[in-house]
Amino acid sequence: MTADTNTSANEANRRSTVNRLSAENVTLAYDQRVIARELSVEIPDNSFTVIVGPNACGKSTLLRALSRMLKPSEGRVLLDGQVIQSMPAKKVARTLGLLPQSSIAPDGITVGDLVGRGRYPHQGILRQWSQEDERVVQESMAQTGVAELADRYVDELSGGQRQRVWIAMALAQQTPLLLLDEPTTYLDIQHQIDVLDLCAELHEEQGRTLVAVLHDLNHAARYATHLIALKEGAVIAEGAPNDIVTAELVEEVFGLRCQVIDDPETGTPLVVPAARKARARTDRPKVAATEAS
Amino acid sequence: MNLSRTTAEDGPAVKATPTQALRTKAVRTGGLSLRLDLRAVTVVVLLLVCALAASVVLIGTGDFPISAGDVLKTLFGGGDAGQEFIVNELRLPRVLVGLLVGASLGLGGALFQSISRNPLGSPDVLGLSQGSTAGALVMIVLFSGSATAVTLGALVGGLVTGLAIYLLAWKQGVHGYRLVLVGIGVSAVVTAVNGYLLTKADLVDAARAVVWMTGSLNGRDWTQVWPLLGLCAVLLPLVLANARVLRMMEMGDDVSYALGVRVERVRLLLMVAAVLLTAAATAAAGPVGFVALTAPQLARRLTRSPGPNLVPSLCMGATLLVTADWASQRAFGADQLPVGVVTGVLGGVYLLWLLVTERKAGRI
Repeated sequence: MTADTNTSANEANRRSTVNRLSAENVTLAYDQRVIARELSVEIPDNSFTVIVGPNACGKSTLLRALSRMLKPSEGRVLLDGQVIQSMPAKKVARTLGLLPQSSIAPDGITVGDLVGRGRYPHQGILRQWSQEDERVVQESMAQTGVAELADRYVDELSGGQRQRVWIAMALAQQTPLLLLDEPTTYLDIQHQIDVLDLCAELHEEQGRTLVAVLHDLNHAARYATHLIALKEGAVIAEGAPNDIVTAELVEEVFGLRCQVIDDPETGTPLVVPAARKARARTDRPKVAATEAS
Repeated sequence: MNLSRTTAEDGPAVKATPTQALRTKAVRTGGLSLRLDLRAVTVVVLLLVCALAASVVLIGTGDFPISAGDVLKTLFGGGDAGQEFIVNELRLPRVLVGLLVGASLGLGGALFQSISRNPLGSPDVLGLSQGSTAGALVMIVLFSGSATAVTLGALVGGLVTGLAIYLLAWKQGVHGYRLVLVGIGVSAVVTAVNGYLLTKADLVDAARAVVWMTGSLNGRDWTQVWPLLGLCAVLLPLVLANARVLRMMEMGDDVSYALGVRVERVRLLLMVAAVLLTAAATAAAGPVGFVALTAPQLARRLTRSPGPNLVPSLCMGATLLVTADWASQRAFGADQLPVGVVTGVLGGVYLLWLLVTERKAGRI
């Protein structure tokens, strides 16, 4: 379907014929506050794309636009060659899953029940709980390692377990594309790695396309196959972490002087911020100047 | 992710309770499949039995007591002329209004509480009943209107209040607390208006207004039954068809949107349905307090199931109201104590009892 439906819709944009999900010249705004102007982003198929950037650079906003939670005030987001807003809601939900930053577990809900709710886009009023649903839910829970928690209440779980449960729910949706908005926030380091390993597994072993917003640049560089660096609503660089993560880029995007060395474990770029004194030496004149004025 | 509430560490896994697995049962034939929560189904059946039993007893209660057997016989067309008149013309419509009002309030309350994700987001707290009262008072005090005019006034008052709350609270996305706060604000304003209208009224109108405001089933006849029944017949299928969507919406707008729910559209539809149900019930029986607040909470604690519990709430509302009406007639004689007073006492005490016992059990 990708190839056929794309041809007519995307004559204007050659790049979109390649990938399933893209944003074309989108302007993103909440009410009057513009977050990004004429931003174009491609999500390469079968990639683990990570969006990084300083706070308030528009990472989450971009992810919301890609998942049709936010309607661009200009431009369009294309999924399989169609404008995402014009597609039936359930059809989108069978293609593209989203794990939002904030979700509410209803009081007294069990893990199994919550994961089962991910099947909603595949169900109808006369098809409420098929054997397929049952199978997929079991499978999703097994993949995320929460199968033995199936009968536990979600609000009894730890943060790491809970995050796995929400991911399981998104998996039960069985979408080839999965978007995750800061999936590691509030987790301790062990669970951060745990969640990222799970994402890598979903990407490598099941060929799903993953898009995640991450805060930690080193995590992003280690796990991403495709990195998008945003600053003030514009793409500064994109590509494989090994190709684009340099000291210059980090300084440009985050305003942080640093060294980029090879990660001793994986060989991916590792960002090591310059020591305070080293940074102070160059920064001081500036500070002094502002103080003086 | 609700992570902020996390305190527990990944400790040794607590043994799963095996009861959960047995609770839901999927019924499948061919391509069709239905999912049934066995406990909820049991609760609904038991509540229905209670409601019907209470109705039969209630029909038999009054200045001319009729035994339950005779009531049933008369209902199925086998009674003598006197009994037939008392049962079919006087007491049956009253009981039916009670059942329908209770069901509407229970369902309306469940919808509101689910949409606002807050038990306080129920119509009595939000000022819908007060809005209906204002409509009725305007008709009584300013126009000395007929009974029909008062009913219509109450209906319009409830709808206008519902619209005002929607516009004030929901124009820019949703927050349960925001709805509750806006509702309380609206409620305060409307209560003040009601007080003003009462002080303006002359003695006859004021007496009539106070009778209406206490909320009672006295003297309700078939003219109240039909419109209410018609409304329920239209709204009930509409609401139940959206029950699964409502379950999704309890996980927040983002998650439900990601799952393919047209959040805004469904919410508006269900809000309108809930406002209509509440306003119609209030128009028929006056502002019967506490049912819309308690029925969903009681139902939820009996089914022990997350989700909106629409049908159990509906049955609980009907049961609660009819039982309360019976209790008020039994304890204080016919027409003495308005049913609204008893629903408050019965429902409130029952809810407190459940909360206390559950506190010990440690769940929900």
